Amino acid sequence: MDYTPHTQQDVDEMLQVIGVDSVDALFDPIPKGLRLGRPLDIPAPMTESEVITLLSDLAGRNNGTESLRCFAGGGAYDHYIPAPVRALAFRSEFATSYTPYQPELSQGVLGALYEYQTMICELTGMEVSNASLYDGASALVEAVNLATAQTGRSRVIISEAINPNYRAVIETFGRALGYEFVTAKASGGITEWGDVTDAACLIAGQPNFFGCIEDLKQAADRIHGAGGLLIVHYDPLAAGVIEAPGVLGADVVTGEGQCLGNDLNFGGPYLGIFATKMEFVRRVPGRICGATLDVHGKPGFVLTLQAREQHIRREKANSNVCTNQTLMAVVATVYMSWLGPRGLEELGETCAARTAHAAQLLASVPGCSLKFDAPFFKEFVLQLPIKGADAVKALSAKGFLAGPSLESVSPDLTDCIVVAVTEKRSPEEIEGLAKALAEVVA
Amino acid sequence: MSAVEKVVPPSIFEKSIDGRRASTVPAPGVNGTGASIPESARRKSPPRLPEVSEIDLVRHYTRLSRMNWAIDVGAYPLGSCSMKYNPKINETAASLPGIRAMHPWQIEQDTQGALALLFEMEQHLAEVTGMSRVTFQPAAGAQGELTGLLLMRAFHTANGDPRKTVLIPDSAHGTNPATVRLAGYKVKQIPSDERGLVDLKAVEAAVDEDVAGLMITNPNTLGLFEADIEKVAASLHSVGALLYYDGANLNAIMGVVRPGDMGFDVVHLNLHKTFSTPHGGGGPGSGPVAVSKRLEKYLPAPMPALDDKTGKYYWDNDRPDSIGRIHGFHGNFAVVARAYTYLRALGADGLHKVSERAVLNANYLRKRVEAEYPTAHPGLCMHEFVATAKPFKKYGVKGMDVAKRLIDLGFHPPTVYFPLVVEEALMAEPTETESKQELDLLAEAMLQIAGEAKESPEVLHEAPLTTPVGRLDEARAARHLQLKWEPDSAR
Repeated sequence: MDYTPHTQQDVDEMLQVIGVDSVDALFDPIPKGLRLGRPLDIPAPMTESEVITLLSDLAGRNNGTESLRCFAGGGAYDHYIPAPVRALAFRSEFATSYTPYQPELSQGVLGALYEYQTMICELTGMEVSNASLYDGASALVEAVNLATAQTGRSRVIISEAINPNYRAVIETFGRALGYEFVTAKASGGITEWGDVTDAACLIAGQPNFFGCIEDLKQAADRIHGAGGLLIVHYDPLAAGVIEAPGVLGADVVTGEGQCLGNDLNFGGPYLGIFATKMEFVRRVPGRICGATLDVHGKPGFVLTLQAREQHIRREKANSNVCTNQTLMAVVATVYMSWLGPRGLEELGETCAARTAHAAQLLASVPGCSLKFDAPFFKEFVLQLPIKGADAVKALSAKGFLAGPSLESVSPDLTDCIVVAVTEKRSPEEIEGLAKALAEVVA
Repeated sequence: MSAVEKVVPPSIFEKSIDGRRASTVPAPGVNGTGASIPESARRKSPPRLPEVSEIDLVRHYTRLSRMNWAIDVGAYPLGSCSMKYNPKINETAASLPGIRAMHPWQIEQDTQGALALLFEMEQHLAEVTGMSRVTFQPAAGAQGELTGLLLMRAFHTANGDPRKTVLIPDSAHGTNPATVRLAGYKVKQIPSDERGLVDLKAVEAAVDEDVAGLMITNPNTLGLFEADIEKVAASLHSVGALLYYDGANLNAIMGVVRPGDMGFDVVHLNLHKTFSTPHGGGGPGSGPVAVSKRLEKYLPAPMPALDDKTGKYYWDNDRPDSIGRIHGFHGNFAVVARAYTYLRALGADGLHKVSERAVLNANYLRKRVEAEYPTAHPGLCMHEFVATAKPFKKYGVKGMDVAKRLIDLGFHPPTVYFPLVVEEALMAEPTETESKQELDLLAEAMLQIAGEAKESPEVLHEAPLTTPVGRLDEARAARHLQLKWEPDSAR
């Protein structure tokens, strides 16, 4: 299988037009001594049926959320994906198009992105959204770059209750630019910001990595008093029940949009959400879709503010992002339209109620308790009489997927795991988890 | 002629009717509702999402999709983008529950298939590139570039000095200089010579102990193979600097010549270009980075690994010299799974044939249109070529006019006005999956346009006429920013 359509006759005729006598001769510009001169050491070609058997065998060695009941959280969630979302967003007219460089041929993707930007502003309470970034972590990296450029400062205060992987990514990219990173402890589940003098920004989660609901108003007041910005990493599916960060004073809101109708995909492709205030619009990274008029005065969409971007400004650009996660943004747009305002609120209520119920049941298992007293939304931290990592393994053997375990966040949390409850988890499944946990810790 | 639907539908917001809905959500079914959320943190007014029925939803997005060009609709010869056919079997593979429904925090024993896939794909891409090891964390080419430069920075820092500048040819993708700054370096631009290749003498003159490395695409953005690449590599290596390969143009050389054998130290690939994964209207991509032996230890953690004793795969987190994490989880895994499906279907023979046919197609199209659209640098090209619309200037016709008219004749245009080193550039990359017959139609359309440019240039200025909207005013979009739908906005 190689998907090339040429017959031998085609090849011969084409070579004749080109004026060379063999396909090999087309590669004459490549010095002979450099060439590989042997076939690549890669297995032989396969038919379509052979290759899908191979992939099915590999996939079959995984145990995912279709064989385990998923109570795992930590930035990726097993929400229900409605049939229309898959059917519409993955239409090949969307899926097999490139970045809309010719807007007249791309009004479909651009129209969907315009709706996406609108909906993200609505959810976050912000004024402008870009057309997506790679994932939640990359959105935070770009938010930090905005804050340091805007304030001219390099001190970045990160809540301990931020996904440890995200924190690692922020540090990888920030080190090369000379940023100084400070951790704000969250020993009671809620971040204690400490001294914020000279900080470019604070990074808070809402809800945070422990599932707890932060006091954003207070964080905003403190950092604004010190001349810095508040960056909030927000769960977009909390937007039906938890106040929008923009209303509480956030300057940049990031998020992981996987939960908006996207598959778990073992971590990607996901959807980096990035929204901010209009006053920072020229510092926004990545693509932005804007409305305009055509030569006949008819409305249409283009990629706009391209003067910010790498292909125009080159080394003076804010960011190097070009390819983003557009298709995941289209998925999110269809999903948010499917949900509607009442669906979003109901989903939030159901998640919150079932999570509260699960917390009560699991904390009543002998030896187990809630680690934090603070209010939570869709997930919570459970303290166990055994190591968190061991509990996650043992629960998997009983058909339940939980976690992550929290040893990588802090050595104080080695006996803790995250438990997340989406609307897909029935009350019976929650009882099942409690029973399995009781056996695991007994 | 165009397969694109001609009407701009109203946005989904204009279809919204209070009280209508498509969603069904399970009721809590447990005692107490949202007991845990304090009143002070509760949302006060709901977000204004559209209120539509399922059929509204289906019709709206189906109609939007029909206003979009796509590789499944027709030829897409966008230079440097490798818009080849995206095989359907890749999608079947990516939708297997063992790929799609895997949680990123899952433990190793439940993810052996996923780890095996990454482990094997790493070996295959190392072979294709002639490099030693590969990370899959970067989510796109630009993130791969930045990862690559951070690896270079880690290497130099370990040798005592991160160094100051990175050299970039003037024909480079704009991403390269933007990436250089983000990696904490300064850009030094290297001119092209009269052959359209990087000027070896200029490289040799620029190279010193402050230079961290050179970023280059080979074949370059003019579609020409950098024949002096070994000397360029030797020049950089003589001062301890490194050579970076931008993999955007790898489609030309698979199974023919390998970056590792040319002397490259770091390579990024674009799986959404060379390895046929759908680009999704702007993403997702996947930008794996391959390195030579001496840079291995700096690769992002964790890396997939195989325990030879037990035959089990695991995540290797024991990487003390690693630059750290690049992605929140494991990169765009489901994109890698599609690319793996493609690579295994093609095998060594198929990958080689891809490059042969890609180069054949580019040269054939180049030759078919060269009488009217000369290339800046005559002679054989690799997988793409850069022609110029400069001859039409005297008729008041620009490259963009040619592009817009091509839309009316049923084709996506080539990349316009890039690379910057060619005036009125039209950069065409047909890829290997277009047939001779399709290329003949494309060539005939381009030749027809050349005739129109001379005899009736207004036809070109008015184009496109077959699309949902006419030429859009980009200056207006940037001047009067309208970035989201408002109840009273034009759109």
